[in-house]
Amino acid sequence: MSIKTALRATSAIALCAFATTAIAQDTTITIATVNNGDMIRMQGYADIFTEQTGINVEWVTLEENVLRQRVTTDITTNGGQFDIMTIGMYETPIWGANDWLVPLDDLSEEYDVDDILPAMRNGLSHDGTLYAAPFYGESSMVMYRTDLMEAAGLEMPEAPTWQFIREAAAAMDDPENDINGVCLRGKAGWGEGGAFITVTGNSFGARWFDEEWNAQFDQPEWAEAVNFYVNLMNDYGPEGYATNGFNENLSLFQQGKCGMWIDATVAASFVTNPEDSTVADSVGFALAPNAEGVEKRSNWLWAWALAIPAGTQQEDAAKQFIEWATSKDYIELVAENEGWANVPPGARTSLYETPEYQEVPFAQMTLDSINAADPTNPTVDPVPYVGIQFVAIPEFAGMATEVSQEFSAAYAGQQTVEEALAKAQAITNETMEAAGYR
Amino acid sequence: MARDVTSRRKLINTAAAWAVGLVIFFPILWTFLTSFKSEAQAIAAPPLFLNFDWTLENYGVVMERSNYARFLWNSILIAGGSTILGLLVAVPAAWSMAFVPSRRTKDILLWMLSTKMLPAVGVLYPIYLLFIQLGLLDSRAGLIIVMMLINLPIIVWMLYTYFREIPVDILEAARMDGASLKSEILYVLTPMAIPGIASTMLLNFILAWNEAFWTLNLTSVDAAPLTAFIASYSSPEGLFFAKLSAASTMAIAPILILGWFSQKQLVRGLTFGAVK
Repeated sequence: MSIKTALRATSAIALCAFATTAIAQDTTITIATVNNGDMIRMQGYADIFTEQTGINVEWVTLEENVLRQRVTTDITTNGGQFDIMTIGMYETPIWGANDWLVPLDDLSEEYDVDDILPAMRNGLSHDGTLYAAPFYGESSMVMYRTDLMEAAGLEMPEAPTWQFIREAAAAMDDPENDINGVCLRGKAGWGEGGAFITVTGNSFGARWFDEEWNAQFDQPEWAEAVNFYVNLMNDYGPEGYATNGFNENLSLFQQGKCGMWIDATVAASFVTNPEDSTVADSVGFALAPNAEGVEKRSNWLWAWALAIPAGTQQEDAAKQFIEWATSKDYIELVAENEGWANVPPGARTSLYETPEYQEVPFAQMTLDSINAADPTNPTVDPVPYVGIQFVAIPEFAGMATEVSQEFSAAYAGQQTVEEALAKAQAITNETMEAAGYR
Repeated sequence: MARDVTSRRKLINTAAAWAVGLVIFFPILWTFLTSFKSEAQAIAAPPLFLNFDWTLENYGVVMERSNYARFLWNSILIAGGSTILGLLVAVPAAWSMAFVPSRRTKDILLWMLSTKMLPAVGVLYPIYLLFIQLGLLDSRAGLIIVMMLINLPIIVWMLYTYFREIPVDILEAARMDGASLKSEILYVLTPMAIPGIASTMLLNFILAWNEAFWTLNLTSVDAAPLTAFIASYSSPEGLFFAKLSAASTMAIAPILILGWFSQKQLVRGLTFGAVK
């Protein structure tokens, strides 16, 4: 008896003993997603989609890193567990290039694919073909306390510099009242602190690679950027900032413990929501800063998008769902039931032309930040890669996680900035050599 | 005087045991308390211990959003199924190694244990591909087999230790009375090893219940157990600790209750043979 037959026999016995029969449905699609507010809201409205189309929807909600690992395993092995996957701007072009995703080049006319914000459409395409439809998009911007800023006698410019951010942080920092001048990400992880320090680097004129794929962490721009960040945070940041990510800073800001917070534009709806935020009525917004004289700002570009893995058996039903969930009608459905401030932002041009949405305090700044981000031209000096807070190559996630761990160790005072940069340089060059880029 | 010293020492020992117990239990207690807080209270600094507005809202949200019963049922079937299947394989294996050892028995035991030293992710792709070929992805049967296999070395080792404590003479006497191999294992060995088998079962059940690598990577909808239920409440962008704590409390409650009721057997089984 072969191993295969033996396994089959064992599984058959186990199946007989334990399995309960699933009720067959006509058409059911399985969607893998993350637990973000907008995604959860979409799950609530999925019944309407089922009513309209007769297509049932099953959800697999997972933590972001688990989701990434889970869908990567499934897509690379053609496992066919999911009909739709929630992925980001990093994965989409890479997976599209590998033919792992179904091209979204035949979306209906009513869907109006040209309405998708150009920055989003470019970031989710490979060779001009769209591979994922943005459910919501984001950039990053400065969120600041208008009351503290006023008390400090300062006025936030629409496009501040890092030098102004430092000046304002010094003015608003008030340890006695438990207010930190500025809260920024320091947590290890390529999508957490790694993303933040990468865009900070961009805004100081730094870059990950030169055009020959040589690591650039030994260049003065990186030293300037990381030293600026560490000094700013040591002087005016919260204690233990080396382990703070999006959620930790969100809670600090909501509790009134940050004068400024530079992070994802999607946070604007959280910090202005009076149910969760103690400072909801005194938040202002500005573009992400740059170093004086540097043309690139420190704003990133990201989208949570819906894509169809190439191995799916339910391609048509999956496309129908994607068209529904990322349509103008869906935005109106959410606006009708939960107000315009709660619609998924950053995906469609028409949303920003809607008069009701223009009244939402963070709408214009979100759009301006998204429009100011160009993934194909992210740095001052030319680079061989696409992506602003990431480098769209498969090796990046592992390499950048290691690099960000070195930076976080420097933030925590376990090593100097110079040591961290030297290690980052070595890690990056070794990885690129092993992968055959150099 | 001697009695005084003994009772004082007892008091100190008891206090120390309670202190260690509380430290170990604290994360569970904190999870439990957090599950009754609002999201804002859950991340309040300084942390709120008991003085907050207790709310059941998180449990309401979790029950509304997730099909808890389905996850629970899958956990019970996977943990239970793998435990039974594991014992069916491990009892004969441990018997042969304990009572009919060969020159290589020790090596086999060590080799079995060495499989536990391999990081699970190292074999993720081969197992995933095998599961695709056999049509076992997202099936309880597949997970039962995997859970059984990953816990098998531990079960065999535990049973082997218990069986070694049983005098061979008793088995020989049974054999002389004409007992077959089957009767020897079923009617002589098993009744004597019941405490050991029971604690092995319980430990294996707990290990399978808590396993969160294979259960997350090999399931999606139909076979997803409570570990997947917990994983669905973590959020990259948004506060989630209170709801995550509610989901965690609901996921660990059944196993905590089981552990509570069977603690006598567990402690007895785990310390069996420790002191001679």
